[in-house]
Order: sequence, then structure tokens, then C-alpha cells
Amino acid sequence: MRRIIQYVLYDILRTRFMLLYTALLFISTLAMFQLDNDPSKVVMSLLNIVLMVIPLVGIVFTTIHFYNSYEFIELMLAQPVDRKVIFLGEYIAVACSLSIAFLLGCGLPILLYGATPAAITLLCCGTVLTLVFVSLAFLAAVLTRDKAKAIGVALLFWFYFSLIYDGFLLWFVYAFSDYPLEKVTLALIALNPVDLARVIMLLQLDISALMGYTGAFYKSFFGSHTGILLSTTLLAVWIALPCYLSLHIFSKKDL
Amino acid sequence: MRLILLLYLLPVLPLLGRTVTVSKTGPLTSLKQAVAQAQPGDTIRVQAGTYAEGNIVIEKSLVLLGEHYPVLDGRHKDELLTVHARNVIIQGFRFVHTGISSIHDLAGVRILDSEAVRIRGNQFDDTFFGIHISNSSHCRIEDNTLHAQVRVEHQVGNGIHLWKCQHMTLHNNRVHGHRDGIYFEFVTNSLITENYSEGNLRYGLHFMFSHNNEYRRNTFENNGAGVAVMYTYGVKMLDNTFAHNWGSSAYGLLLKDIRDSEVHHNRFIQNSVGIFMEGSSRIRFTQNEFDGNGYAVRLQASCDDNTFQQNNFQANTFDLATNGTLVLNHVDGNYWDKYQGYDLDKDHIGDVPFHPVSMYSMVVEQMPAAVLLWRSFLVLLMDNAEKAIPAITPENLKDNSPAMTPHDLH
Amino acid sequence: MISIKNVRKTFGKLTVLDGIDLTLTAGRSYALVGPNGSGKTTLIKSILGMVLPSAGDIYFDGTSIARHWQYREKIGYMPQIGRYPENMTIGQIVDMMKNIRTGAHTPDEELIEKFKLAGMYSKRMHTLSGGTRQKVSAALAFLFRPPVLILDEPTAGLDPVSVEVLKEKILAEKENGKLVIVTSHILSDLDELTTDLVYLFEGRIHFNDTIAALKADTQEPRLGRAVATMIRQKQLQEPVQH
Repeated sequence: MRRIIQYVLYDILRTRFMLLYTALLFISTLAMFQLDNDPSKVVMSLLNIVLMVIPLVGIVFTTIHFYNSYEFIELMLAQPVDRKVIFLGEYIAVACSLSIAFLLGCGLPILLYGATPAAITLLCCGTVLTLVFVSLAFLAAVLTRDKAKAIGVALLFWFYFSLIYDGFLLWFVYAFSDYPLEKVTLALIALNPVDLARVIMLLQLDISALMGYTGAFYKSFFGSHTGILLSTTLLAVWIALPCYLSLHIFSKKDL
Repeated sequence: MRLILLLYLLPVLPLLGRTVTVSKTGPLTSLKQAVAQAQPGDTIRVQAGTYAEGNIVIEKSLVLLGEHYPVLDGRHKDELLTVHARNVIIQGFRFVHTGISSIHDLAGVRILDSEAVRIRGNQFDDTFFGIHISNSSHCRIEDNTLHAQVRVEHQVGNGIHLWKCQHMTLHNNRVHGHRDGIYFEFVTNSLITENYSEGNLRYGLHFMFSHNNEYRRNTFENNGAGVAVMYTYGVKMLDNTFAHNWGSSAYGLLLKDIRDSEVHHNRFIQNSVGIFMEGSSRIRFTQNEFDGNGYAVRLQASCDDNTFQQNNFQANTFDLATNGTLVLNHVDGNYWDKYQGYDLDKDHIGDVPFHPVSMYSMVVEQMPAAVLLWRSFLVLLMDNAEKAIPAITPENLKDNSPAMTPHDLH
Repeated sequence: MISIKNVRKTFGKLTVLDGIDLTLTAGRSYALVGPNGSGKTTLIKSILGMVLPSAGDIYFDGTSIARHWQYREKIGYMPQIGRYPENMTIGQIVDMMKNIRTGAHTPDEELIEKFKLAGMYSKRMHTLSGGTRQKVSAALAFLFRPPVLILDEPTAGLDPVSVEVLKEKILAEKENGKLVIVTSHILSDLDELTTDLVYLFEGRIHFNDTIAALKADTQEPRLGRAVATMIRQKQLQEPVQH
């Protein structure tokens, strides 16, 4: 496994994309801090990056990478190496490099300028979302046979979780606005990792508005041990489930 | 000459009256008896100890001085002191365990039809009403601490309750855990300063029909529903702090049918709604700070001719929300942290107007649950589309000269 | 050594392998022959575990290969089209393979020497010609002295000198008692290299015997003619459209 990870990492670093991605995140975060003295406003701007750019880059890069390493995977498959090891090696290498790129790019300026609780939460959310979308990308990649189709499916995943699902949620809230919706919306939000991460951030940034709507319900939920445990578990499921599914498909796939 | 002046002052100096001492060790052990025996102008000193003597009625000018906080205990059934006189001073007592009644407003200290009563430096613990004043004038309530622990609203009365009073002064009192911290009805020409009303079940401050009062440097924090003021004109609110009033119907400051008033240099920090206004007009809001509120200001369409000038709006989820499109209020020269315009002529005033009503706040106005989608990609798109082609936000509600940097309000 | 029991493979509606029964024994070398699309590569990939059969089983040394991978230690595979990480150099690929296959054997670098690959170690895969890639593939297949060699079109794209080098190597390994499976369109190559012939057509085995027996049956001295005659006899040609 270690050797596989090592070779995949080597391959990822060779393309220089990671370097570029890290630099871009670093420069834009740094620029935000320099243009705005208020760290909490920077966190709000960064939130857009975390909720949109990070998942998009994560899912597209991973899908393309998977198809670009098809030769490597083929080569490995003819060798005495377990398919699971090949897959997990790929997964771990990609997930690690994307997370580290994000943590370095956004994390360093945050550490330099203002590591507020909200900023730290944001870093955690960004890392988790990276992992979730890497998992989803692997799923998209093993579900299809051709690169263009896989990128299409990956983009669809991204589009669904960052836009379409929220559209549905808005319609739902509109249609059932006469009913008490706190618990139902909480459940619906849990079904979308992007929303889950966003609401965790809302509790940091817009607690007053949130309290206006849900009273203490959301705060007490996400503040309680069960709430923290549940949301962490849910996000972990969002990482593990697509990963497990794609591993399962991959070990049965004809290559 | 000096002697004449001294003589002239003599009748009002309580020192000239007799002083009696009540203590647990005798000879005089009953406060009730001491009050009954006292002549107007006398001073009664009460030494430490617990006095459970039921209701004590004071109908003459007396000075009651507690030493080391003697306890007046109502044993969960009585009202403690009832004052019906002029020139009474009550100082340094600890009032505990009055009765609870849904018919009578049992209080630690009740003042009725009185004048120039001074309640100073007392402690109230577990009293139904703390201080209950009706039909009185020129009283001064200061440095008292009122504390109740009940968590159910009908089991506790108001901390400081005033009904039909004039020329009152409330200064530096701390109220915690009551129904309303400070309650006024038909109270006029009074001054309320430096009080701290926190953690009350309903409102930190609640008044109705109480005209021409001035509120200065008070703090209202973490109350069930914030502060509510209604049906009043001539209110002056200066330098107060309204903070952490969280909940679906909690407001930093609820203004209902208020007119010709002034709200100046207050701080609204982290409330679900900083200011909620309904049916109010001709109020000037100047140099207030709105920081971290859900809504800084919710202005219902029934308000007109109000002015917002030189306020700072920072880190609020929504700065200004309204439920109509008719614009009859003036917003000018405020600082908005959401302003993205530019200042080419370097006069510290933005060159393009700012529209403080965001499109999504209108959506949330209709369906409160939609706030959960705030900061999503979808909402970002909707808000930006609205900025490009305004369709549902009031086009004319705008700040024509937004400040580029926050006003210095300290 | 390898026995294939009633293996079927379908891709959607298309049946590629339709009940293959085959036993391959050590010390023999098999020519796997059939028209394009007859299922040769799929069969090879099934043996390698890259394609999972829809039904049936494949046994390697008596153990089913389903969910196993250790048996591939014993296989050297030369793919029809060698695909390698494009950014890696030949040297890196060879090192990587050595790294991953940490068998006890000292690597067999004969082909690396004879193909003069060592001089090209710093060349990246994407700069290589098809022939050079084939050389890399061949060298890698023999590198770990595996008891089983599976060579898919080994001579395609190689220059005549290299073809001879490779053929010699295959023959030498056959003499060493290894199991060799070769597919090729060049039947004259197979004539020299193999002892047995397996003929696949539309996913079924239509001939499986020694080449000597085939020649005797058809009374043709050359493999090419013998196969042609066999095909004609068994009417295994695609119907000609008019």
C-alpha cells in the first residue's frame, strides 16, 4: 500500500496542478486578509470558496486523475497486488494531497492573521468537504467507462449538492411554510454534506438569525454532544459511503 | 446667619428625629412594633437577623436603615413593606420569600399614593414583585439588586413595577429572573439610568403609555423577548446596550406605535432582531451600532417618516428588512459593511447608493425557515440576480451617501 | 497448472466467452488463436483477474483465483498494447515494478540488455515508439522469472532483430519448463514457439490439441495452412455477406 501511495503521490506532484492550486488558495486568502481587516468578514468570503470551489476542484481533479492513472492501474492489476490496495492507495494519495493543498493554502494565512473559532471550523469543514467530494469523484469514475462521461457525472454531483438540492429545499420550505419545519429541515440538511457544512458555519457566523428562526433548537442540537457526534458521523458517512461503494464496484469492475 | 440657615433646614433632617434600634437581642426585637411606636421623622436602625413579622405598613415619614442586611422574610405568604407616606427612606435590607398570588401583586416593597420615597441599596431575593409602585411621584429607586429563580412566567411578577407615576428616577438597579425586569405603565417624565436588566423571562424593559421618559446607559441583555415599548411618544433612548436577545419573537428593541422619539448612540449586539418597528413614526435613529444581529432593523410598512443616520451596520445577517415596497423612511449616511461601492472622489462617502434590503431577506420575511439556506450558492445567485435586475426589493429604499469607513462612536 | 472451468463472460448483451473449458499444463506452450473479437484477450484478462467471469471458475495451481491476487506473483504478462504512466521514465517503471514485486528471485535482465533498454532509462514513456514500448512490456514480463508467461501479440510492432531476440527468449523459457501462452496473428511465429493450439471462435473453443496432431489431421506441414484447413473443415468462417 505504501508503495502505491508513494507512486500516486509522485504522479500527482509531477503535474504541478497541486502546487498551482495551493498557491492560488494561498494568494487569494492572503489577499482577502489584506483587503479586509476584519477576520470574520474574511471567513464569510472564504466560506464561498469552501462551499463551491473546494468541492468543484476536488471532484473534477479526482475524476480526471483517476482516468489519467488508468494505465498505472492496469499495470498494477497484472501484478500481484490486491485490487483494494490499488484503489485505497489511489484514494488516500488523492485525498491527502487535496486536503493538504487546502489546509496549506487557506490555513497558513488564517494562522497568520486570525485563527478565530469560526476560521478553524471553516478549515475543518473545507477538509471534510474535500474528502466527501473525492469519494464522490471516485464513485463517478468507477460508475462510468469513459473519461468525458465520468467528468459529466462528477459535475452533476457537484451541481446537485451545491445548487439543485438547495433549490428543492427552498421549494420544500415554501410549500410547507405553515408547518413547524425545524426537525424536518434538519434531517433534509443532513442529507447534503454541503448544506451540513454550511449550517455548521451558520452557527458560527449567523447565530442571531438562526436563533430567530429555530429558537435554541439548532444551537442546542449542534452544541450538544449528540449533535456534534451526529453531524460528525453524518459527514463521516458522506466520506465513507461513496468510497466504500466505489471500492466495491472497482473490485468487481472489468478493466 | 449660619444658624438661621441651619434652623431653616432642621425640619427636613431626619437626624433631628429620634433614633431607635431594633435587634434580635433586644430590648426592641420587633420592627413592626418599632414602626408603630415611631414618630414621623424618626430613624429606625435594624441590626442583622431575620424578621418574619408579616406585612408591615409605613404611613409616616420614617427612615429605615438596615445594618449588615437584616432579612425580612415573608415565609412565602406575605407582602413585606407597604409604604403609604411622604419622605420615606428604606435602605440596606434584604427582602426574601414573599407570597405568590395571582390576584394580589404581593411585593417586597409596595409604594402607593406616596411621594419622595427612596429605596436604596436593598436586596430582593425570591420576591413575587420586587418593588411595586403605583400612583406616586418623585421617588428614587437606586442601587438595588433583584433576583428571582422561577422558570415559569406566571409564578413571578415584575422586578420594578411602576404604574401611574411621575418624576421617578431609577438608577443602577440590577434585575434578574423576573417576568419583566422593569415595567412602566402610565409613567411620565422619568429618568432611567445605568440599570442592568438581564435574564428576565419576558422583557428586560417593558413600557406602555409612558411619555417623555429618558433611558440612558442601561443594559438589557439575554432577556426572553428583549425590550418592548409601546403606545408612547417623546421617548429618549441614549447610550443603552441591547444584547443577546435570541429567539423567534425576541427583539433587542420592539417599537410599537412610538412617535416623536430619539434613539441615539445605543449598541445592538447579537440580537435575533436588533430593532423591530411597527406603526411608528418620526423617530430619529442616530449613531447606533448594530453588530452581529440576525436582522439589524426590521421596518414594517406601517412605519413612516423615521430617519436612520450615521449608524454602523456590521456583521449582521440582514441589515434592513421590510415587508412592503412603499418607502416612507429616510436612510442616509450610515456605514454598511456589505457596501461594495467605491469612493473615487475620496470624500469618504460611497459614490453609488447602497440598497440595504437584500432580496433574500424579503424571502425570509415570507418564510422564516428559508434562513437555513443563507450563504448557499443558490441564495448568492438569487441575491446577485436581484442586484442586477431589482424585482422585489424596494428600489427607492437606499442610502445615497453610505460611509466608506465605520463612524467612530466611542 | 491453470484450469478454466465453464467460464462465461458477457458484456451487456454481448457474449464474449461462452463456456470455456481449458486446462493448461506446465512445460507446454499454447498458441491462442482466433479471429478478431473471438475472446482471446478477454480470456487472458480473465486469467489475470482483470476481467471477472460472469460464470464459471478459473483455478491456478488448484485454487480458485476469485478474490485472490497472490497467484499473479507467478505470472509474467505482456499486454497487446502496453499502457504505462506517461510521465514516468523507463527506468522509473522498471524500478517501480521491482519495488512492487519483491520476489526472492534476482531479476532476469537479459531482455533489458539485449533490447538495449538501459541506455534509454531516462526516456519518458510518452516519447517512446510503439516498438520500444513492446520491448519494455516484454522485458517486464520476463523480469521476475515467472513460471507462467502470458504474451498477447508479443511480436507485433517489433523490428525483425528484436523479434528474433524475443522468440529465442520465449523458446529458452519454454525449455525451462514454463507454461507459455501466446496469442499472435503471425502463425509462422507460433509454429516455432508453441506445442499446442487452442482455437477460439465466437467465445467457444473449437480446437484444443497439439500442433503435431493438427498437422497430422490436416496433412499440412505448416501451421498456417493447417489452421486454414481446419477452419474450412469446421466451417468456422464468418458468413460472407453478399
